[in-house]
Amino acid sequence: MSRMGKSDLRTTAKASRRQVLAGAGALAGMAALPASVRAAGEPIKIGVIAEISTLPGAAIPKGAQIAADGINAKGGVMGRPIQLVVYDNHVSSVESVRAFQRLASQDKVVAVIASFISEVVLALEPWSARLRMPFITPGAASNNISKQVHDDYDHFKYTFHGWFTSYFIAKSTSDSAHDLLVDQLHMKSSVVMSEDAAWTTPLDEGYLEFLPKAGLAVLDHIRFSPDTTDFTPIFNRIEARKPDVIITGISHVGVVPTVQWAEQKVPIPMYGVSSQATSSDFWKDTHGACEGVTSQAGAAPDSAITPLTLPFTQGYLKRYGLLPAYCGYSSYDMVYVIAEAIARAGSTAADKMVTGLEATDHVGTIGRIKFYGRTARFTHAIEYGIDLVPGVMLQWQQAKMKTIWPLKYATTKISFPSFVKLPA
Amino acid sequence: MLGYEIFVDGFAISSLYALGAVGFTLIFGVSGVLNLAHGGTMVVAAMIAWLVIGDLHTGVLGGALVGIVAAIAFAFATYFATVRPIQRSHAIPKEETEIFILTSTLLWGIMIQTAIAYLFTTNPVTVPPLVPGVVHVLSVRTPRNEVLIAALCWLVMAVLWLFVSRTRAGKALLAASINPRALTLCGFELSRIHLLVWAIYGVLAGIAGVLLGTYLGASSDNIGPLTASAFSIVILGGLGSVPGSLIAAYVVGYFETMTAYLIAPTLRSIPALVIVVLVLYIRPQGILGRR
Repeated sequence: MSRMGKSDLRTTAKASRRQVLAGAGALAGMAALPASVRAAGEPIKIGVIAEISTLPGAAIPKGAQIAADGINAKGGVMGRPIQLVVYDNHVSSVESVRAFQRLASQDKVVAVIASFISEVVLALEPWSARLRMPFITPGAASNNISKQVHDDYDHFKYTFHGWFTSYFIAKSTSDSAHDLLVDQLHMKSSVVMSEDAAWTTPLDEGYLEFLPKAGLAVLDHIRFSPDTTDFTPIFNRIEARKPDVIITGISHVGVVPTVQWAEQKVPIPMYGVSSQATSSDFWKDTHGACEGVTSQAGAAPDSAITPLTLPFTQGYLKRYGLLPAYCGYSSYDMVYVIAEAIARAGSTAADKMVTGLEATDHVGTIGRIKFYGRTARFTHAIEYGIDLVPGVMLQWQQAKMKTIWPLKYATTKISFPSFVKLPA
Repeated sequence: MLGYEIFVDGFAISSLYALGAVGFTLIFGVSGVLNLAHGGTMVVAAMIAWLVIGDLHTGVLGGALVGIVAAIAFAFATYFATVRPIQRSHAIPKEETEIFILTSTLLWGIMIQTAIAYLFTTNPVTVPPLVPGVVHVLSVRTPRNEVLIAALCWLVMAVLWLFVSRTRAGKALLAASINPRALTLCGFELSRIHLLVWAIYGVLAGIAGVLLGTYLGASSDNIGPLTASAFSIVILGGLGSVPGSLIAAYVVGYFETMTAYLIAPTLRSIPALVIVVLVLYIRPQGILGRR
């Protein structure tokens, strides 16, 4: 994350706190509009809790703010403007819970959008239940988030999973691997390499289930500590297995394994999830070592998955000077999802909002967003599907993030740097 | 093949550990100070080098030099802000000076860690390699940069050895670590020798920090573990003994590498720490310690 981006974000966060204190409403961006479309009533407050010192987390309040401004510019919700109240959780579950409580009791928000880290979201979920506070994560992936809603619906129904479950990330990655690695590059074998974290346990289960079905045998499965600094032993162990590809599940780490992979010229391509690679700063942070690195994401900056994807990306770039990381897109969408749910329910009462959210059918930046129902395996998770939210596979090619899958949205073909050896 | 991989990979990381720990042990040997902000010095060097290279486009070498200068400045800042005032204080009893310095350098390290996290985020940064490309060492594909790191570490330590054994100032340094009182009786000013040792420390930790940045990357989160690793190497080698630290750096480096290769990368740092604890039981003065 750039220092510019960070200070810029701080300004935004401070501004929204000030607005709360003054109770003045979100005036930014509205001043130039004619009075007739200006949202006027008591603001509807939405809380945002994010890991602002991290590449993906920083995108959460930024994406949400663009959505709030867009909604307000068109008259708000039921004539009332949307106002965000942003807290930095310093990547801590404890601070997140404190912020969540403060948002509910002091700031009087009607819903909370929070975090891309599963451990944090799982810590907030019981509080969403206790305080009956509608809560959406735009970026965490653990299956348990929506599984809890399924298992104890009456209690946990206030939580919505506004991002893929690890299960569907594994499915989307494996589906793309089938089309690109197996069909196009004739690969047959893989090694799964994931960081040890709550979101990767179900992800790896999914990989081990879906990759062989996609045509990639799994030769080895390596989990490593997110504190790892030297990846040489891991790469050497993988190389000894002679797989065609390394399937990654990394989010807490990113820069270091990427730089070491390129510096050591590991001849095996990396493919899969590498969340930090979804930020445009990644090229600079790795000195271009990320050439050929891929990541599963919700949207890419170069491909119109929906008519909203590119205008949002450009607006974000113009406003913040960098491209949105993956949860920037979903955070933007979730503010709209909440606003529509309120309009549908005609109320900000929690139970009515839950009913409103369950009826969601919204075309956002990442696809057509619907939530799985009460009887589905992953209750309240966004529905995965090529015509719903398909997920994309993006790849760094010559300093730019390109879409390489789904094939109908692809802007270029998959390719790897010259030190990578591909099957004949 | 695996044996060669462990040998080559372990050598580079151990050399880096050695360079990092030598400055740390030198300060203890000469002035009795345990600098718990040590990791901070290394990370400051790497961060400044990364910043200068990225924003001022000075090239890798220019950035590395600025990083080392920053480490020297930071070492002096540590000395004048957290060590010197406590050594001169009349309010603190002499026998408690060491524990006060331990605390103040620890807190100083935490302050630096928080400041770096605030300014640059906790995301690790990497300094571009001094030389790109790979070579085959014992049939193991090794980045040229890693070979250069090992060579540079040994070169720097050789220069340090020449300085200590061949120059007047270096000999005074050695004497200060053996009998400071006798040295002052010979007309040497101890405070100037302390300044010299902190400057040398800054150079050593700065070089180690920049090289670390090109190899493993650096972030504010590394500050604690880097201090802990230097600390355990110095305990293992014997507090204040430079050759002891060198041996210990290789013991720790190779134990970590073997664990990563033969057991699991996740457990990397654990066996080395167990060794340190065992050594404390069996031979508390360390491998070559004097006390």
